Amino acid sequence: MAVYDKRLISKLERKANLIRQHVVRMIYLAGSGHPGGSLSAVEVIVALYFHVMNIDPKKPDWPNRDRFILSKGHGCPTWYATLAEKGYIPVEELDTLRKLGSRLQGHPDMRACPGVEASTGSEGQGLSMGVGMALAARLDRKLYHVYVMIGDGELDCGQTWEAAMAASHFHVDNLTAIVDRNMLQLDGPTAHIMSVEPLADKWKAFGWHVTEIDGHNFKEILRALEKSKDVKGRPNLIIAHTVKGKGVSYMEGAVGFHGKAPTKEEYELAMEELGGKP
Amino acid sequence: MNLKDFKLESQREYWAKALVELGKKRKDIVVLSADLSSSVKTSLFANDFPERHFNVGIAEQNMMSIAAGLAACGKTAFASTFAAFGTGRVYDQIRQSIAYPKLNVKIIATHAGITVGGDGATHQIVEDLALMRALPNMTVIVPADAPETYRAIKAVADYIGPVYVRMGRANIPTITNSKGKFKIGKATVLRDGSDVSLIGTGIMVSRCLLAAEELKKHKISARVIDLSTIKPIDTKTIVKAARETGGVVTAEEHSSIVGMGSAVAMCLVENAHVPMKRVGIPDVFGQSGASDELMEKYGLTAENIIEASHDVIGRKGR
Repeated sequence: MAVYDKRLISKLERKANLIRQHVVRMIYLAGSGHPGGSLSAVEVIVALYFHVMNIDPKKPDWPNRDRFILSKGHGCPTWYATLAEKGYIPVEELDTLRKLGSRLQGHPDMRACPGVEASTGSEGQGLSMGVGMALAARLDRKLYHVYVMIGDGELDCGQTWEAAMAASHFHVDNLTAIVDRNMLQLDGPTAHIMSVEPLADKWKAFGWHVTEIDGHNFKEILRALEKSKDVKGRPNLIIAHTVKGKGVSYMEGAVGFHGKAPTKEEYELAMEELGGKP
Repeated sequence: MNLKDFKLESQREYWAKALVELGKKRKDIVVLSADLSSSVKTSLFANDFPERHFNVGIAEQNMMSIAAGLAACGKTAFASTFAAFGTGRVYDQIRQSIAYPKLNVKIIATHAGITVGGDGATHQIVEDLALMRALPNMTVIVPADAPETYRAIKAVADYIGPVYVRMGRANIPTITNSKGKFKIGKATVLRDGSDVSLIGTGIMVSRCLLAAEELKKHKISARVIDLSTIKPIDTKTIVKAARETGGVVTAEEHSSIVGMGSAVAMCLVENAHVPMKRVGIPDVFGQSGASDELMEKYGLTAENIIEASHDVIGRKGR
Protein backbone atom coordinates (compact mmCIF):
# COMPACT_ATOMS: atom_id res chain seq x y z
CA MET A 1 0.00 0.00 0.00
CA ALA A 2 1.38 3.32 -1.03
CA VAL A 3 2.39 5.71 1.71
CA TYR A 4 1.96 9.37 0.97
CA ASP A 5 4.16 12.11 2.25
CA LYS A 6 2.33 14.23 4.81
CA ARG A 7 3.59 17.33 3.07
CA LEU A 8 2.02 16.22 -0.21
CA ILE A 9 -1.32 15.57 1.46
CA SER A 10 -1.32 18.90 3.28
CA LYS A 11 -0.30 20.70 0.06
CA LEU A 12 -3.26 19.11 -1.72
CA GLU A 13 -5.59 19.95 1.16
CA ARG A 14 -4.54 23.59 1.05
CA LYS A 15 -5.06 23.61 -2.73
CA ALA A 16 -8.52 22.10 -2.31
CA ASN A 17 -9.45 24.76 0.22
CA LEU A 18 -8.24 27.50 -2.12
CA ILE A 19 -10.22 25.99 -5.02
CA ARG A 20 -13.34 25.99 -2.83
CA GLN A 21 -12.87 29.69 -2.13
CA HIS A 22 -12.50 30.39 -5.85
CA VAL A 23 -15.60 28.33 -6.65
CA VAL A 24 -17.83 30.10 -4.13
CA ARG A 25 -16.54 33.51 -5.23
CA MET A 26 -16.93 32.73 -8.94
CA ILE A 27 -20.51 31.56 -8.58
CA TYR A 28 -21.37 34.47 -6.30
CA LEU A 29 -19.96 36.97 -8.81
CA ALA A 30 -21.65 35.22 -11.71
CA GLY A 31 -24.97 35.27 -9.90
CA SER A 32 -25.71 31.75 -11.12
CA GLY A 33 -24.06 28.35 -11.33
CA HIS A 34 -23.87 25.01 -9.58
CA PRO A 35 -22.05 25.18 -6.24
CA GLY A 36 -23.15 21.80 -4.82
CA GLY A 37 -21.71 19.55 -7.51
CA SER A 38 -18.66 21.79 -7.93
CA LEU A 39 -17.70 21.49 -4.26
CA SER A 40 -18.20 17.72 -4.07
CA ALA A 41 -15.73 17.22 -6.94
CA VAL A 42 -12.86 19.33 -5.59
CA GLU A 43 -10.52 16.73 -4.05
CA VAL A 44 -10.59 14.32 -6.99
CA ILE A 45 -9.90 17.07 -9.53
CA VAL A 46 -7.15 18.58 -7.37
CA ALA A 47 -5.51 15.17 -6.95
CA LEU A 48 -5.56 14.59 -10.70
CA TYR A 49 -4.10 17.97 -11.66
CA PHE A 50 -1.63 18.42 -8.80
CA HIS A 51 -0.28 14.92 -8.49
CA VAL A 52 -1.57 12.22 -10.81
CA MET A 53 -1.82 13.49 -14.37
CA ASN A 54 1.07 13.81 -16.77
CA ILE A 55 0.42 17.31 -18.07
CA ASP A 56 2.15 20.56 -18.94
CA PRO A 57 0.13 23.77 -18.52
CA LYS A 58 2.54 25.54 -20.85
CA LYS A 59 1.69 23.05 -23.58
CA PRO A 60 -2.04 22.36 -23.22
CA ASP A 61 -2.08 20.65 -26.66
CA TRP A 62 0.90 18.36 -26.01
CA PRO A 63 -0.18 15.12 -27.78
CA ASN A 64 1.06 12.76 -25.04
CA ARG A 65 -0.72 14.50 -22.17
CA ASP A 66 -3.17 12.70 -19.95
CA ARG A 67 -6.76 13.81 -20.57
CA PHE A 68 -9.46 14.80 -18.12
CA ILE A 69 -13.11 15.18 -19.08
CA LEU A 70 -15.66 16.65 -16.72
CA SER A 71 -18.72 14.86 -18.03
CA LYS A 72 -20.84 16.56 -15.36
CA GLY A 73 -20.12 19.88 -17.04
CA HIS A 74 -22.10 21.94 -14.54
CA GLY A 75 -19.28 21.38 -12.03
CA CYS A 76 -16.91 23.41 -14.22
CA PRO A 77 -16.14 26.18 -11.70
CA THR A 78 -13.94 23.61 -9.92
CA TRP A 79 -12.29 22.67 -13.22
CA TYR A 80 -11.65 26.32 -14.14
CA ALA A 81 -10.30 27.17 -10.69
CA THR A 82 -7.98 24.15 -10.82
CA LEU A 83 -6.78 25.09 -14.31
CA ALA A 84 -6.10 28.61 -13.07
CA GLU A 85 -4.19 27.42 -9.98
CA LYS A 86 -2.22 25.08 -12.24
CA GLY A 87 -1.31 27.91 -14.60
CA TYR A 88 -3.44 27.27 -17.68
CA ILE A 89 -5.31 30.55 -17.31
CA PRO A 90 -4.80 33.64 -15.13
CA VAL A 91 -6.39 33.40 -11.68
CA GLU A 92 -7.97 36.87 -12.19
CA GLU A 93 -9.88 35.47 -15.15
CA LEU A 94 -11.94 33.30 -12.80
CA ASP A 95 -14.08 36.36 -12.01
CA THR A 96 -15.35 36.34 -15.61
CA LEU A 97 -17.27 33.06 -15.21
CA ARG A 98 -20.55 33.19 -17.17
CA LYS A 99 -19.93 36.79 -18.29
CA LEU A 100 -20.36 37.86 -21.91
CA GLY A 101 -17.24 37.12 -23.96
CA SER A 102 -15.61 35.01 -21.24
CA ARG A 103 -13.59 31.87 -22.00
CA LEU A 104 -15.22 30.43 -18.90
CA GLN A 105 -18.60 29.47 -20.26
CA GLY A 106 -21.38 28.30 -17.96
CA HIS A 107 -20.61 24.79 -19.15
CA PRO A 108 -17.17 23.84 -20.51
CA ASP A 109 -16.27 24.86 -24.07
CA MET A 110 -13.12 23.07 -25.27
CA ARG A 111 -12.60 25.64 -28.02
CA ALA A 112 -12.62 28.53 -25.57
CA CYS A 113 -10.57 27.57 -22.53
CA PRO A 114 -7.05 26.07 -22.57
CA GLY A 115 -6.94 22.78 -20.70
CA VAL A 116 -10.62 22.02 -21.23
CA GLU A 117 -10.55 18.74 -23.14
CA ALA A 118 -14.22 18.34 -24.00
CA SER A 119 -17.37 20.39 -24.31
CA THR A 120 -19.94 19.04 -21.90
CA GLY A 121 -23.07 20.16 -20.09
CA SER A 122 -25.78 18.06 -21.65
CA GLU A 123 -25.40 15.09 -19.37
CA GLY A 124 -24.21 11.61 -20.19
CA GLN A 125 -21.85 12.19 -23.13
CA GLY A 126 -18.45 12.49 -21.47
CA LEU A 127 -17.74 8.83 -20.86
CA SER A 128 -18.29 8.04 -24.54
CA MET A 129 -15.90 10.84 -25.47
CA GLY A 130 -13.39 9.37 -23.04
CA VAL A 131 -13.72 5.95 -24.71
CA GLY A 132 -12.95 7.64 -28.05
CA MET A 133 -9.87 9.35 -26.61
CA ALA A 134 -8.65 6.13 -25.03
CA LEU A 135 -9.09 4.27 -28.32
CA ALA A 136 -7.15 7.01 -30.12
CA ALA A 137 -4.25 6.50 -27.71
CA ARG A 138 -4.24 2.80 -28.49
CA LEU A 139 -4.23 3.41 -32.27
CA ASP A 140 -1.37 5.89 -31.93
CA ARG A 141 0.52 3.68 -29.48
CA LYS A 142 0.59 6.52 -26.99
CA LEU A 143 0.72 5.96 -23.27
CA TYR A 144 -1.61 8.66 -22.04
CA HIS A 145 -4.43 7.90 -19.63
CA VAL A 146 -7.94 9.30 -19.88
CA TYR A 147 -9.89 10.31 -16.77
CA VAL A 148 -13.60 11.05 -16.89
CA MET A 149 -15.57 12.37 -13.97
CA ILE A 150 -19.26 11.56 -14.14
CA GLY A 151 -21.97 12.79 -11.82
CA ASP A 152 -24.20 10.27 -10.10
CA GLY A 153 -27.17 11.91 -11.86
CA GLU A 154 -25.53 10.89 -15.13
CA LEU A 155 -26.02 7.28 -14.11
CA ASP A 156 -29.65 7.82 -15.16
CA CYS A 157 -28.49 8.40 -18.76
CA GLY A 158 -28.62 5.42 -21.09
CA GLN A 159 -25.57 6.67 -22.92
CA THR A 160 -23.42 6.32 -19.80
CA TRP A 161 -24.16 2.59 -19.83
CA GLU A 162 -23.64 2.36 -23.59
CA ALA A 163 -20.19 3.78 -22.98
CA ALA A 164 -19.63 1.44 -20.04
CA MET A 165 -20.39 -1.54 -22.28
CA ALA A 166 -18.21 -0.26 -25.11
CA ALA A 167 -15.19 0.48 -22.89
CA SER A 168 -15.33 -3.04 -21.58
CA HIS A 169 -16.01 -4.58 -25.01
CA PHE A 170 -13.01 -2.81 -26.54
CA HIS A 171 -10.85 -3.69 -23.50
CA VAL A 172 -9.96 -0.08 -22.93
CA ASP A 173 -7.63 -0.02 -19.92
CA ASN A 174 -6.20 3.47 -20.26
CA LEU A 175 -9.52 4.89 -19.06
CA THR A 176 -10.57 5.67 -15.51
CA ALA A 177 -14.04 6.94 -14.72
CA ILE A 178 -14.74 8.53 -11.38
CA VAL A 179 -18.32 8.80 -10.16
CA ASP A 180 -18.83 11.85 -7.98
CA ARG A 181 -21.30 9.98 -5.75
CA ASN A 182 -22.79 12.87 -3.81
CA MET A 183 -26.22 11.20 -3.64
CA LEU A 184 -28.16 14.25 -4.83
CA GLN A 185 -29.39 15.53 -8.15
CA LEU A 186 -31.40 18.57 -9.16
CA ASP A 187 -34.79 17.22 -8.15
CA GLY A 188 -33.69 15.49 -4.96
CA PRO A 189 -31.87 12.41 -3.63
CA THR A 190 -30.68 10.13 -6.42
CA ALA A 191 -32.32 7.18 -4.64
CA HIS A 192 -35.71 8.90 -4.96
CA ILE A 193 -35.32 10.15 -8.50
CA MET A 194 -33.92 7.01 -10.11
CA SER A 195 -32.44 4.08 -8.24
CA VAL A 196 -28.92 3.24 -9.39
CA GLU A 197 -27.85 0.82 -6.65
CA PRO A 198 -26.25 -1.64 -6.37
CA LEU A 199 -23.82 0.63 -8.18
CA ALA A 200 -20.53 -1.20 -7.72
CA ASP A 201 -22.14 -4.50 -8.73
CA LYS A 202 -23.61 -2.93 -11.84
CA TRP A 203 -20.22 -1.68 -13.03
CA LYS A 204 -18.57 -4.97 -12.15
CA ALA A 205 -21.23 -6.75 -14.20
CA PHE A 206 -20.34 -4.43 -17.08
CA GLY A 207 -16.75 -5.66 -16.88
CA TRP A 208 -15.12 -2.79 -15.02
CA HIS A 209 -12.55 -2.88 -12.24
CA VAL A 210 -14.29 -1.08 -9.38
CA THR A 211 -12.92 0.70 -6.30
CA GLU A 212 -14.93 2.61 -3.68
CA ILE A 213 -13.35 5.45 -1.78
CA ASP A 214 -14.03 8.48 0.35
CA GLY A 215 -13.91 11.17 -2.33
CA HIS A 216 -12.68 13.81 0.09
CA ASN A 217 -9.76 11.77 1.46
CA PHE A 218 -6.61 12.45 -0.54
CA LYS A 219 -4.83 9.29 0.56
CA GLU A 220 -7.68 7.15 -0.68
CA ILE A 221 -8.07 9.18 -3.87
CA LEU A 222 -4.36 9.01 -4.76
CA ARG A 223 -4.17 5.31 -3.99
CA ALA A 224 -7.21 4.52 -6.15
CA LEU A 225 -6.10 6.72 -9.06
CA GLU A 226 -2.58 5.31 -9.09
CA LYS A 227 -3.77 1.75 -8.77
CA SER A 228 -6.16 2.23 -11.69
CA LYS A 229 -3.18 2.70 -14.03
CA ASP A 230 -2.00 -0.82 -13.28
CA VAL A 231 -5.26 -2.57 -14.16
CA LYS A 232 -4.83 -4.26 -17.53
CA GLY A 233 -7.41 -5.36 -20.07
CA ARG A 234 -10.40 -3.56 -18.60
CA PRO A 235 -11.54 -0.07 -17.69
CA ASN A 236 -11.50 1.32 -14.16
CA LEU A 237 -14.25 2.86 -12.13
CA ILE A 238 -13.77 4.72 -8.90
CA ILE A 239 -16.89 5.41 -6.91
CA ALA A 240 -15.93 8.50 -4.92
CA HIS A 241 -18.37 8.92 -2.04
CA THR A 242 -18.71 12.65 -1.59
CA VAL A 243 -20.85 15.29 0.05
CA LYS A 244 -22.64 17.72 -2.18
CA GLY A 245 -21.68 21.28 -1.26
CA LYS A 246 -18.69 19.99 0.75
CA GLY A 247 -16.89 22.62 2.80
CA VAL A 248 -19.73 25.10 3.19
CA SER A 249 -21.95 24.17 6.14
CA TYR A 250 -25.31 25.27 4.78
CA MET A 251 -24.60 23.83 1.31
CA GLU A 252 -23.59 20.38 2.51
CA GLY A 253 -26.22 17.85 1.53
CA ALA A 254 -28.59 20.63 0.48
CA VAL A 255 -30.47 19.93 -2.74
CA GLY A 256 -31.30 23.62 -2.98
CA PHE A 257 -27.69 24.46 -3.78
CA HIS A 258 -27.52 22.25 -6.84
CA GLY A 259 -27.95 25.18 -9.15
CA LYS A 260 -28.22 28.37 -7.13
CA ALA A 261 -25.72 31.12 -6.38
CA PRO A 262 -25.23 32.23 -2.77
CA THR A 263 -26.60 35.60 -1.65
CA LYS A 264 -24.17 38.22 -0.35
CA GLU A 265 -24.66 37.09 3.24
CA GLU A 266 -24.34 33.43 2.29
CA TYR A 267 -21.21 34.20 0.30
CA GLU A 268 -19.60 36.02 3.21
CA LEU A 269 -20.44 33.19 5.58
CA ALA A 270 -19.02 30.63 3.15
CA MET A 271 -15.76 32.54 2.81
CA GLU A 272 -15.49 32.85 6.56
CA GLU A 273 -15.95 29.09 6.93
CA LEU A 274 -13.33 28.44 4.26
CA GLY A 275 -10.93 30.87 5.88
CA GLY A 276 -10.84 33.19 2.88
CA LYS A 277 -11.44 36.86 2.32
CA PRO A 278 -14.80 37.82 0.82
CA MET B 1 -34.87 10.63 -72.61
CA ASN B 2 -36.33 8.30 -70.04
CA LEU B 3 -35.38 7.01 -66.60
CA LYS B 4 -34.51 3.70 -68.27
CA ASP B 5 -31.79 5.41 -70.30
CA PHE B 6 -29.71 5.99 -67.17
CA LYS B 7 -27.33 3.53 -65.64
CA LEU B 8 -28.42 2.85 -62.05
CA GLU B 9 -25.68 2.71 -59.43
CA SER B 10 -25.38 2.46 -55.67
CA GLN B 11 -24.23 5.51 -53.74
CA ARG B 12 -23.39 3.23 -50.83
CA GLU B 13 -20.91 1.25 -52.90
CA TYR B 14 -19.18 4.37 -54.14
CA TRP B 15 -18.97 5.83 -50.64
CA ALA B 16 -17.42 2.62 -49.37
CA LYS B 17 -14.99 2.53 -52.31
CA ALA B 18 -13.86 6.06 -51.51
CA LEU B 19 -13.57 5.20 -47.82
CA VAL B 20 -11.39 2.15 -48.42
CA GLU B 21 -9.12 4.18 -50.72
CA LEU B 22 -8.84 6.86 -48.06
CA GLY B 23 -8.10 4.24 -45.43
CA LYS B 24 -5.16 2.97 -47.46
CA LYS B 25 -3.64 6.41 -47.80
CA ARG B 26 -4.46 7.92 -44.44
CA LYS B 27 -3.85 6.33 -41.07
CA ASP B 28 -5.86 9.04 -39.35
CA ILE B 29 -9.12 7.75 -40.84
CA VAL B 30 -11.24 5.77 -38.39
CA VAL B 31 -14.74 4.43 -38.95
CA LEU B 32 -17.63 3.79 -36.59
CA SER B 33 -20.72 1.69 -37.21
CA ALA B 34 -23.80 0.88 -35.18
CA ASP B 35 -24.78 -2.67 -36.13
CA LEU B 36 -25.50 -1.66 -39.72
CA SER B 37 -22.01 -2.03 -41.17
CA SER B 38 -23.14 -4.43 -43.87
CA SER B 39 -26.01 -2.13 -44.86
CA VAL B 40 -24.04 1.11 -44.86
CA LYS B 41 -21.05 -0.74 -46.39
CA THR B 42 -18.52 0.21 -43.74
CA SER B 43 -17.98 -3.55 -43.54
CA LEU B 44 -15.65 -3.13 -46.53
CA PHE B 45 -13.44 -0.78 -44.54
CA ALA B 46 -13.68 -3.12 -41.54
CA ASN B 47 -12.41 -6.01 -43.67
CA ASP B 48 -9.30 -4.12 -44.71
CA PHE B 49 -8.64 -2.14 -41.53
CA PRO B 50 -10.23 -4.00 -38.61
CA GLU B 51 -8.18 -2.12 -36.00
CA ARG B 52 -9.58 1.21 -37.24
CA HIS B 53 -13.22 0.17 -37.34
CA PHE B 54 -15.39 0.28 -34.23
CA ASN B 55 -18.81 -1.33 -34.24
CA VAL B 56 -20.59 -0.05 -31.13
CA GLY B 57 -23.80 -2.02 -31.57
CA ILE B 58 -27.21 -0.35 -31.62
CA ALA B 59 -25.93 2.62 -29.63
CA GLU B 60 -25.82 5.60 -31.95
CA GLN B 61 -25.52 8.16 -29.16
CA ASN B 62 -22.43 6.41 -27.93
CA MET B 63 -21.14 6.19 -31.51
CA MET B 64 -21.36 9.96 -32.04
CA SER B 65 -19.61 10.86 -28.79
CA ILE B 66 -16.90 8.20 -29.23
CA ALA B 67 -16.32 9.62 -32.70
CA ALA B 68 -15.94 13.04 -31.09
CA GLY B 69 -13.36 11.68 -28.63
CA LEU B 70 -11.37 10.11 -31.46
CA ALA B 71 -11.53 13.37 -33.43
CA ALA B 72 -10.41 15.36 -30.39
CA CYS B 73 -7.22 13.26 -30.49
CA GLY B 74 -6.50 13.97 -34.16
CA LYS B 75 -8.50 11.29 -35.93
CA THR B 76 -10.75 11.89 -38.93
CA ALA B 77 -13.80 9.95 -37.78
CA PHE B 78 -16.48 8.67 -40.16
CA ALA B 79 -19.62 7.59 -38.28
CA SER B 80 -22.11 5.85 -40.50
CA THR B 81 -25.66 4.64 -40.04
CA PHE B 82 -29.14 5.12 -41.50
CA ALA B 83 -30.17 8.77 -41.76
CA ALA B 84 -33.04 8.33 -39.30
CA PHE B 85 -30.69 7.05 -36.61
CA GLY B 86 -27.77 9.29 -37.53
CA THR B 87 -29.70 12.55 -37.03
CA GLY B 88 -32.95 12.58 -35.03
CA ARG B 89 -31.96 9.83 -32.63
CA VAL B 90 -28.66 11.52 -31.81
CA TYR B 91 -29.34 15.20 -32.33
CA ASP B 92 -28.06 16.28 -28.94
CA GLN B 93 -24.90 14.19 -29.26
CA ILE B 94 -24.19 15.74 -32.65
CA ARG B 95 -24.95 19.17 -31.27
CA GLN B 96 -22.79 19.02 -28.13
CA SER B 97 -20.14 16.40 -28.85
CA ILE B 98 -19.49 17.30 -32.50
CA ALA B 99 -20.89 20.57 -33.85
CA TYR B 100 -20.33 22.88 -30.86
CA PRO B 101 -16.63 21.94 -30.50
CA LYS B 102 -16.32 21.77 -34.32
CA LEU B 103 -14.72 18.34 -34.24
CA ASN B 104 -13.62 16.48 -37.33
CA VAL B 105 -16.46 13.97 -37.48
CA LYS B 106 -18.18 12.99 -40.72
CA ILE B 107 -21.68 11.65 -40.37
CA ILE B 108 -22.36 9.49 -43.40
CA ALA B 109 -26.07 8.71 -43.56
CA THR B 110 -27.60 6.20 -45.91
CA HIS B 111 -31.24 5.10 -46.35
CA ALA B 112 -32.54 8.68 -46.26
CA GLY B 113 -35.95 9.66 -47.62
CA ILE B 114 -38.92 7.65 -48.83
CA THR B 115 -36.98 5.60 -51.39
CA VAL B 116 -36.06 3.36 -48.46
CA GLY B 117 -39.33 1.73 -49.53
CA GLY B 118 -40.79 -1.21 -47.64
CA ASP B 119 -39.38 -0.33 -44.21
CA GLY B 120 -41.92 2.47 -43.96
CA ALA B 121 -42.11 5.78 -42.12
CA THR B 122 -39.95 4.86 -39.11
CA HIS B 123 -36.97 4.50 -41.43
CA GLN B 124 -37.90 7.09 -44.08
CA ILE B 125 -36.58 10.26 -42.51
CA VAL B 126 -37.64 13.36 -44.43
CA GLU B 127 -36.56 15.96 -41.84
CA ASP B 128 -32.84 15.25 -41.50
CA LEU B 129 -31.73 18.15 -43.69
CA ALA B 130 -33.70 20.54 -41.49
CA LEU B 131 -32.00 19.21 -38.38
CA MET B 132 -28.51 19.33 -39.83
CA ARG B 133 -28.95 22.69 -41.57
CA ALA B 134 -29.92 24.25 -38.27
CA LEU B 135 -26.64 23.36 -36.57
CA PRO B 136 -23.87 25.97 -36.49
CA ASN B 137 -20.52 24.63 -37.81
CA MET B 138 -22.24 21.86 -39.78
CA THR B 139 -21.69 21.34 -43.51
CA VAL B 140 -24.51 19.49 -45.29
CA ILE B 141 -23.98 17.57 -48.51
CA VAL B 142 -26.42 15.59 -50.64
CA PRO B 143 -24.70 14.02 -53.67
CA ALA B 144 -26.80 13.57 -56.80
CA ASP B 145 -25.56 10.14 -57.79
CA ALA B 146 -22.99 7.46 -57.08
CA PRO B 147 -19.95 9.06 -58.78
CA GLU B 148 -20.64 12.39 -57.11
CA THR B 149 -20.88 10.55 -53.79
CA TYR B 150 -17.40 9.16 -54.40
CA ARG B 151 -15.98 12.60 -55.16
CA ALA B 152 -17.83 14.21 -52.26
CA ILE B 153 -16.44 11.69 -49.76
CA LYS B 154 -12.90 12.46 -50.92
CA ALA B 155 -13.53 16.20 -50.49
CA VAL B 156 -15.16 15.68 -47.11
CA ALA B 157 -12.12 13.77 -45.88
CA ASP B 158 -9.88 16.70 -46.82
CA TYR B 159 -12.11 19.25 -45.12
CA ILE B 160 -11.55 19.72 -41.39
CA GLY B 161 -14.79 19.95 -39.42
CA PRO B 162 -18.19 18.33 -39.00
CA VAL B 163 -20.01 17.23 -42.15
CA TYR B 164 -23.32 15.49 -42.78
CA VAL B 165 -23.55 13.51 -46.02
CA ARG B 166 -26.96 12.19 -47.05
CA MET B 167 -27.64 9.39 -49.47
CA GLY B 168 -30.39 6.90 -50.23
CA ARG B 169 -30.65 3.16 -50.22
CA ALA B 170 -31.79 2.71 -53.80
CA ASN B 171 -29.59 2.47 -56.87
CA ILE B 172 -30.08 5.79 -58.60
CA PRO B 173 -29.43 7.21 -62.08
CA THR B 174 -25.83 8.10 -62.80
CA ILE B 175 -25.73 11.59 -64.26
CA THR B 176 -22.20 12.76 -63.43
CA ASN B 177 -18.82 11.08 -63.65
CA SER B 178 -16.03 10.42 -61.19
CA LYS B 179 -13.68 12.96 -62.77
CA GLY B 180 -12.68 16.22 -61.18
CA LYS B 181 -12.76 17.45 -57.64
CA PHE B 182 -15.92 17.96 -55.64
CA LYS B 183 -16.02 21.50 -54.35
CA ILE B 184 -17.88 21.83 -51.06
CA GLY B 185 -20.27 24.78 -51.30
CA LYS B 186 -20.29 24.92 -55.10
CA ALA B 187 -23.40 24.02 -57.09
CA THR B 188 -23.00 22.55 -60.58
CA VAL B 189 -24.92 23.75 -63.62
CA LEU B 190 -25.57 20.49 -65.47
CA ARG B 191 -27.59 22.02 -68.27
CA ASP B 192 -27.93 25.60 -69.35
CA GLY B 193 -31.30 27.22 -69.91
CA SER B 194 -33.00 30.61 -69.97
CA ASP B 195 -36.71 30.21 -69.11
CA VAL B 196 -36.67 28.50 -65.72
CA SER B 197 -34.10 27.06 -63.28
CA LEU B 198 -34.60 23.58 -61.91
CA ILE B 199 -32.58 23.21 -58.73
CA GLY B 200 -32.38 19.63 -57.53
CA THR B 201 -30.60 17.70 -54.86
CA GLY B 202 -29.92 13.97 -54.46
CA ILE B 203 -32.03 11.62 -56.55
CA MET B 204 -34.18 14.54 -57.74
CA VAL B 205 -31.39 15.98 -59.90
CA SER B 206 -31.96 13.16 -62.37
CA ARG B 207 -35.68 13.98 -62.38
CA CYS B 208 -34.82 17.62 -63.09
CA LEU B 209 -32.79 16.53 -66.14
CA LEU B 210 -35.72 14.46 -67.40
CA ALA B 211 -38.08 17.37 -66.83
CA ALA B 212 -35.76 19.74 -68.70
CA GLU B 213 -35.68 17.37 -71.68
CA GLU B 214 -39.47 17.20 -71.70
CA LEU B 215 -39.86 20.97 -71.32
CA LYS B 216 -37.60 21.44 -74.34
CA LYS B 217 -40.30 19.76 -76.44
CA HIS B 218 -42.61 22.58 -75.34
CA LYS B 219 -39.98 25.18 -76.33
CA ILE B 220 -39.12 25.86 -72.72
CA SER B 221 -35.43 26.16 -71.97
CA ALA B 222 -34.70 24.90 -68.44
CA ARG B 223 -31.44 25.29 -66.58
CA VAL B 224 -30.61 22.37 -64.31
CA ILE B 225 -28.53 22.86 -61.19
CA ASP B 226 -27.18 20.13 -58.96
CA LEU B 227 -27.25 21.72 -55.51
CA SER B 228 -25.18 19.09 -53.76
CA THR B 229 -24.09 21.29 -50.87
CA ILE B 230 -27.11 22.48 -48.92
CA LYS B 231 -24.96 24.30 -46.39
CA PRO B 232 -23.04 26.49 -46.98
CA ILE B 233 -25.42 27.25 -49.83
CA ASP B 234 -24.10 28.54 -53.16
CA THR B 235 -25.96 31.85 -53.16
CA LYS B 236 -24.07 33.13 -56.19
CA THR B 237 -25.08 30.33 -58.56
CA ILE B 238 -28.67 30.34 -57.30
CA VAL B 239 -29.13 34.10 -57.59
CA LYS B 240 -27.50 34.20 -61.02
CA ALA B 241 -29.85 31.44 -62.21
CA ALA B 242 -32.87 33.23 -60.75
CA ARG B 243 -31.96 36.51 -62.41
CA GLU B 244 -31.13 34.99 -65.77
CA THR B 245 -34.10 32.63 -66.01
CA GLY B 246 -36.69 34.58 -64.01
CA GLY B 247 -38.14 31.57 -62.19
CA VAL B 248 -37.03 28.74 -59.92
CA VAL B 249 -38.28 25.23 -59.17
CA THR B 250 -36.62 23.20 -56.42
CA ALA B 251 -36.87 19.43 -56.13
CA GLU B 252 -35.85 17.24 -53.19
CA GLU B 253 -36.68 13.89 -51.65
CA HIS B 254 -37.28 15.58 -48.31
CA SER B 255 -40.00 17.48 -46.52
CA SER B 256 -40.69 20.53 -48.63
CA ILE B 257 -41.29 22.83 -45.66
CA VAL B 258 -37.85 22.56 -44.08
CA GLY B 259 -35.34 21.24 -46.58
CA MET B 260 -33.29 22.42 -49.53
CA GLY B 261 -36.26 24.25 -51.08
CA SER B 262 -36.71 26.41 -48.04
CA ALA B 263 -32.97 27.13 -48.00
CA VAL B 264 -33.21 28.30 -51.63
CA ALA B 265 -36.34 30.32 -50.83
CA MET B 266 -34.49 32.14 -48.06
CA CYS B 267 -31.65 32.83 -50.44
CA LEU B 268 -34.02 34.23 -53.09
CA VAL B 269 -36.17 36.33 -50.80
CA GLU B 270 -33.09 38.26 -49.78
CA ASN B 271 -31.46 38.47 -53.19
CA ALA B 272 -33.71 37.93 -56.22
CA HIS B 273 -37.50 38.12 -56.23
CA VAL B 274 -38.68 35.63 -58.82
CA PRO B 275 -41.59 33.19 -58.86
CA MET B 276 -40.65 29.93 -57.19
CA LYS B 277 -42.18 26.52 -56.50
CA ARG B 278 -40.93 23.73 -54.27
CA VAL B 279 -41.30 20.10 -55.26
CA GLY B 280 -40.87 17.87 -52.23
CA ILE B 281 -42.64 15.66 -49.76
CA PRO B 282 -45.62 17.39 -48.20
CA ASP B 283 -45.74 17.76 -44.43
CA VAL B 284 -46.51 14.09 -43.80
CA PHE B 285 -44.78 10.86 -42.80
CA GLY B 286 -44.15 8.25 -45.49
CA GLN B 287 -45.36 4.65 -45.66
CA SER B 288 -44.32 1.26 -46.99
CA GLY B 289 -44.29 0.73 -50.72
CA ALA B 290 -42.01 0.35 -53.70
CA SER B 291 -39.62 3.28 -54.21
CA ASP B 292 -41.10 4.34 -57.55
CA GLU B 293 -44.66 4.05 -56.23
CA LEU B 294 -43.74 6.25 -53.28
CA MET B 295 -42.01 8.79 -55.51
CA GLU B 296 -45.24 9.06 -57.48
CA LYS B 297 -47.52 9.07 -54.45
CA TYR B 298 -45.62 11.93 -52.78
CA GLY B 299 -45.16 14.02 -55.90
CA LEU B 300 -41.50 13.47 -56.68
CA THR B 301 -41.57 12.78 -60.41
CA ALA B 302 -40.35 14.62 -63.50
CA GLU B 303 -44.02 15.36 -64.22
CA ASN B 304 -44.34 17.16 -60.89
CA ILE B 305 -41.31 19.27 -61.81
CA ILE B 306 -42.74 20.03 -65.27
CA GLU B 307 -46.04 21.10 -63.73
CA ALA B 308 -44.22 23.31 -61.22
CA SER B 309 -42.19 24.84 -64.06
CA HIS B 310 -45.35 25.80 -65.98
CA ASP B 311 -46.76 27.32 -62.82
CA VAL B 312 -43.61 29.36 -62.21
CA ILE B 313 -43.36 30.54 -65.81
CA GLY B 314 -47.05 31.49 -65.71
CA ARG B 315 -46.45 33.70 -62.71
CA LYS B 316 -43.54 35.62 -64.22
CA GLY B 317 -44.05 39.38 -64.42
CA ARG B 318 -47.20 39.34 -62.33
